[in-house]
Amino acid sequence: MNNFPEFFRLKIGIYVDNFVKWLMRNFGDFFDGVSDGILWFLVKMEKFLLWLPWWVFLLMIFLLGWKARNFKIGLTFAVLIFLVGTFGLWDYMMMTLAIVLTSVIISLLLGIPLGILSAYSDKFSIVMRPILDAMQTMPSFVYLIPAIMLFNMGKVPAVFATTIYALPPVIRLTDLGIRRVPQEMVEAAHSFGSSGWQTLVKVQLPQALPTIMTGINQTTMMALSMVVIASMIGAKGLGLEVLVAIQHIDIAQGFEAGISIVFLAIIIDRMTQGIAKKFEYPE
Amino acid sequence: MNPKIKVENLTKIFGRNPKSVLAKLKSGMPKDKILQETGHTVGVCNVSFEVKEGEVFVIMGLSGSGKSTLIRCLNLLNRPTEGKIYIDNEDIVEYDKKQLKEFRQKKVAMVFQHFGLFTHRTVLDNVVYGLEIRGVPGDERYKIARKTLEIVGLKGWESHYPKQLSGGMQQRVGLARALANDPDILLMDEPFSALDPLIRREMQQELLDLQSKLKKTIIFITHDINEAFKLGDRVAIMKDGIIEQIGTPEEILANPKNEYIKNFVRDIDRSKVMQAKNVMFRPSALVSLKDGLKIAIQEMEQSGISSIFVVDNDRRLQGLVTIDDAIKALKENKRLADILQQTFYTTKPETYVHELIPIATKSKYPIAVVDDDDRLLGIIVRVSVLSSLV
Ligand SMILES: Nc1ncnc2c1ncn2[C@@H]1O[C@H](COP(=O)(O)OP(=O)(O)O)[C@@H](O)[C@H]1O
Ligand SMILES: [Mg+2]
Repeated sequence: MNNFPEFFRLKIGIYVDNFVKWLMRNFGDFFDGVSDGILWFLVKMEKFLLWLPWWVFLLMIFLLGWKARNFKIGLTFAVLIFLVGTFGLWDYMMMTLAIVLTSVIISLLLGIPLGILSAYSDKFSIVMRPILDAMQTMPSFVYLIPAIMLFNMGKVPAVFATTIYALPPVIRLTDLGIRRVPQEMVEAAHSFGSSGWQTLVKVQLPQALPTIMTGINQTTMMALSMVVIASMIGAKGLGLEVLVAIQHIDIAQGFEAGISIVFLAIIIDRMTQGIAKKFEYPE
Repeated sequence: MNPKIKVENLTKIFGRNPKSVLAKLKSGMPKDKILQETGHTVGVCNVSFEVKEGEVFVIMGLSGSGKSTLIRCLNLLNRPTEGKIYIDNEDIVEYDKKQLKEFRQKKVAMVFQHFGLFTHRTVLDNVVYGLEIRGVPGDERYKIARKTLEIVGLKGWESHYPKQLSGGMQQRVGLARALANDPDILLMDEPFSALDPLIRREMQQELLDLQSKLKKTIIFITHDINEAFKLGDRVAIMKDGIIEQIGTPEEILANPKNEYIKNFVRDIDRSKVMQAKNVMFRPSALVSLKDGLKIAIQEMEQSGISSIFVVDNDRRLQGLVTIDDAIKALKENKRLADILQQTFYTTKPETYVHELIPIATKSKYPIAVVDDDDRLLGIIVRVSVLSSLV
């Protein structure tokens, strides 16, 4: 009598399964196309990163760090990356980076227009808000499920899951940034006969840029954290090394891969923050 | 000549369905009742006025009286709920998108209360904005922008960012940005209200100086009656979305239409509005050079005055004689021309009374008001200066 009655069993999973099958049947070509596109880009990116001589990459990181922050920070970045190399994890780092960069680029390509749309249309924004809330509160590995269903195992679903997970901040902050542009400034643009597009490109987006950059920073950080989880569905990289280490209870390997991820996170965070600062206008 | 701007029965209502409220408004329902019953705000109600080319037309009223709503209709930042706005005889309300864009690009420019500057652009790039939108080629637009910045006194500040400038300077940028487009009409919505009083006065004077050269048609909004009367060729006083009175500052001062306006006008420093021409009067007696001494004495005695102005045939002012000098000269057989004095003060008709007060109290003789050809237009005595102020 204490057990939940079998009678009320709702087999909702079946419907989802059916829905995905229906999607695959009717939009299979579309998903194949998306998959091919992502894969093509990802492979190019990965090949490029792996092709780069290690010292060139190191130099780039140093210069970027110097430009975005200062000389000392640039140097620190380079040392951290060098350390990852000494752990024997260079190639894995590049694979992880390739997925992160690909996901971030796709997130921005989707997120900035969606953010703009959401800033322009209250209706759209009202619909978007609960979706974004849900996306951010959901445990990240939940995204692996639809990713697998739509794209099987491998790199593409990893990019897909990462993109979905990393998307909300850039949408939110683009929306916020545009909405925060002072009304008078937008009206000034209109009063000179600017078209909607001119107002957006010449006034609203540049004004929102510092806020959008903060969104890009958050998106990048979330992408990095997701990539580790996405390794569960077969994306090679630092995440997979951690996963393997956990399975073998190999503390040494786990630590090396884990700390590499932390290094990467620190560098990406400080670097994008530094770049975001550069976009603020003098007071 | 046709008016530059002609506004006919303009009404602007804010809310979900503004047109639905029109009937109620026309049946005379008061604004607050409309707000209560329908949730619609009446911003401007059945306003009509005309503005001549080259005129400074000031719209004055307390906060919330609908000034901004009205001026924003003039470049269709607000779309009127009803009414017509003719600018150069074209009803701009009827413009399609393309015409409106062109109208905004070429004919009007707006200056904002909080400047509305693009903080991500340098001063120069702010001023260039309108020209950029119009598609003026790069070299030319920067040349124009630099020149305009020089006009408003901001040479050397081109590469600064707006936030690095003081309020007064920021508004100069706002003004330059509007002027760079060389619009016929300048819309200025409380442009100086955010500035502190000293800077404000300075800017007012500069606007007047600029306007005397540029001769734009200016619609200027303010809540400060002193500013209104100082700048306005004509002033419209608004209350609750309605224009209560339109007139020149002198007309309104002399003839306030109702208690509300009287209350406003009470605050005003009349000496800064009234000019010499408003307080001068025709001399009760005057002699011509050829009339001679005898007539001069006779005139003075008849009018009971102790001095008299002497003019030539064209009414050009020659000097002044006192009755004592005249009687003495008659005995010594001198001529009128020999005893003319020049120790009196003259002034132009446009001089403000507050500048005349110290002169009037100092001078033994009346002040002569003369035009550019030195012709005597009238005289001002001390009492008339003082009495004009109450
Ligand atoms: N966009 C708007 N939506 C609703 N009400 C408005 C809007 N703009 C102005 N109003 C209302 O119209 C009235 C006149 O406002 P406004 O023209 O800004 O006055 P002023 O510029 O004289 O201070 C006020 O009651 C104001 O609340
Ligand atoms: Mg206002």
